[in-house]
Amino acid sequence: MAAGPSLRSNPGPGGAVLSAQGDWTAAHACDLERLARAPFAPVGKLTISIESVDRLDTFGVWALERLRRCAAEAGVDAQLAIPQDARADLFAGVEKALSRAPPQVARGDALTKWLERVGLSTQNFSADFTAFLDLVGRLTYCFWQGLRSPSRLRLRSAVHHLDRTGLRATPIIALMCFLIGCILAQQGFFHFQRFGATNYVVDLVTILVLREIGVLLVTIMVAGRSGSAYTAEIGSMKMREEIDALRTMGLDPIEYLILPRILALIVAAPLLTIVGNGAALYGAGVVAATYGDMSPAVYLERLHEAASHIDLEVGLIKAPVMAFVIGVVAALEGMKVQGSAESLGLGATASVVRSIFFVIVLDGVFAVLFAAVGM
Amino acid sequence: MEANEVISVNDLRVALGEREVIRGLSFGVRRGEIIGLVGASGSGKTVLLRTMLGLLPKTSGVVEIMGVRLEQATAEQSRRVGERCGMMFQQGALFSSLTLRENVEFPMREYLRGSDAMYADVALAKLGMVGLSVVDADKLPSEISGGMTKRVAIARALALDPDILFLDEPTSGLDPIAAGEIDRLIRTLQRVLNLTVFMVTHDLNSLKSVCTRILALYDGRIIAQGDIRDMLAFDHPWLSAYFRGERGRAAQLS
Repeated sequence: MAAGPSLRSNPGPGGAVLSAQGDWTAAHACDLERLARAPFAPVGKLTISIESVDRLDTFGVWALERLRRCAAEAGVDAQLAIPQDARADLFAGVEKALSRAPPQVARGDALTKWLERVGLSTQNFSADFTAFLDLVGRLTYCFWQGLRSPSRLRLRSAVHHLDRTGLRATPIIALMCFLIGCILAQQGFFHFQRFGATNYVVDLVTILVLREIGVLLVTIMVAGRSGSAYTAEIGSMKMREEIDALRTMGLDPIEYLILPRILALIVAAPLLTIVGNGAALYGAGVVAATYGDMSPAVYLERLHEAASHIDLEVGLIKAPVMAFVIGVVAALEGMKVQGSAESLGLGATASVVRSIFFVIVLDGVFAVLFAAVGM
Repeated sequence: MEANEVISVNDLRVALGEREVIRGLSFGVRRGEIIGLVGASGSGKTVLLRTMLGLLPKTSGVVEIMGVRLEQATAEQSRRVGERCGMMFQQGALFSSLTLRENVEFPMREYLRGSDAMYADVALAKLGMVGLSVVDADKLPSEISGGMTKRVAIARALALDPDILFLDEPTSGLDPIAAGEIDRLIRTLQRVLNLTVFMVTHDLNSLKSVCTRILALYDGRIIAQGDIRDMLAFDHPWLSAYFRGERGRAAQLS
């Protein structure tokens, strides 16, 4: 291991000579840093010589150049004795980098910055809203074209996505809804017991599950599972210019990538809701039998009385609309992805957060609507 | 492993799935050499490079880089090899969430103990050496062209002034002027830092003007090695087509 960098100063004929010694390399970055900022006694003329340097790399050159500049600032007429060999290129490169203009930093007080942020997010919001309407319009047009010539609906692709978002999601959704059904029933029995109203637990569970819980759980799960996947897929295709490739072939990415995915979601959501409802009611039945002392026969009879077509319909009408919104949000976020991995992550997060938010807002809107029409 | 050899590959075999891509090849690289690896597209050049760096598992054989077998190395050893080797990937592999300058600074921040000013200056110097201006340094990798991506990738591989530089097609996709600058840069660094360069390339001009030795990979083996004259003299149908074809004549190899 050779010695670290050091400087030796010798008085010479035409002013002082600083002679650099040892290894001026990246491995000694810490020492280089120290040497580059060495204080200077004001002498008339200074020559920095590198003849005795053992090894020199870009970091060493940086330190030497820095040293010369420090000296120059201290009012010393400093010169670097640059050897006339390949090393001159290194010196030239570092010299150029050090001579750059200091970067311009945007200035502004906190209030201006805050106002700027508010302005930007308002602008983004309106741009997002326009993009949403634009995509809905394009999808409708595309779907209409597809109805007129069914080969353009890309049913094969839609079925593939139906398998991914529907069939493969079934086990986890059934399990989750089963557990929620159990919990609802247990809570119902526990609290209703106190005033002897256990008979109404079945009504509670049935109405809650069929109208709200089933469809909400399913769509939130779909948003987290399939919406984020759609955003990631479309986003990475955008990053790798696959979407541009489709466009230059004269093909419409909406027809190829987005419509089949959204169609699959619209079909999958109601089917998954039916599965979820069944699983939740089954879970409630299991708890009724084991915890609520209600025999399965009684439970089924109460279920028949409590459940109506309308409750089931309310849930099933909401599911496809929510699925549509999830799909559109996922596609929009995917199309917004820029080149970096970070923007893909942001897109996937925004996709899930926004679609769950919209699902809940929509649920509220539906509650008002159904109340108005007496459903 | 001979003295003075920084890379030694012995009877290396690599299979991708069922197919054996590298079928028992051996070579050594001495300090200060600039090796050009040539071979048809899909002949396993990149696989060889990735295996040497420990990114792909090998079936059998030995790869030693600076006397270290990567698969048996301690964490300390592999960190040291990582510090002393720079790799430029074919597609650049720049970190997409960092600016170009931050990409070049990244290895420095990990391995050195200097100041931010030092990192910034040296990173800008490196970017300048590969032909990028200061204005571009704060762009993100997604905002620059393919040629610029290559140059930044080279700058990042050079960030720590490594002893060994691995380059996967450094000049492909660059215009002739930029390619010439890269060739010149590699030569300069080799002279100043006594750098060892191992590059995969199809650029006949680089092979002619930069490489001190050429390895020809064919069918998973090294079929010939030597300088450009040896390549021209070697009697093998694929090699003659490669070096004495139309493009070879245009590059005025002979």
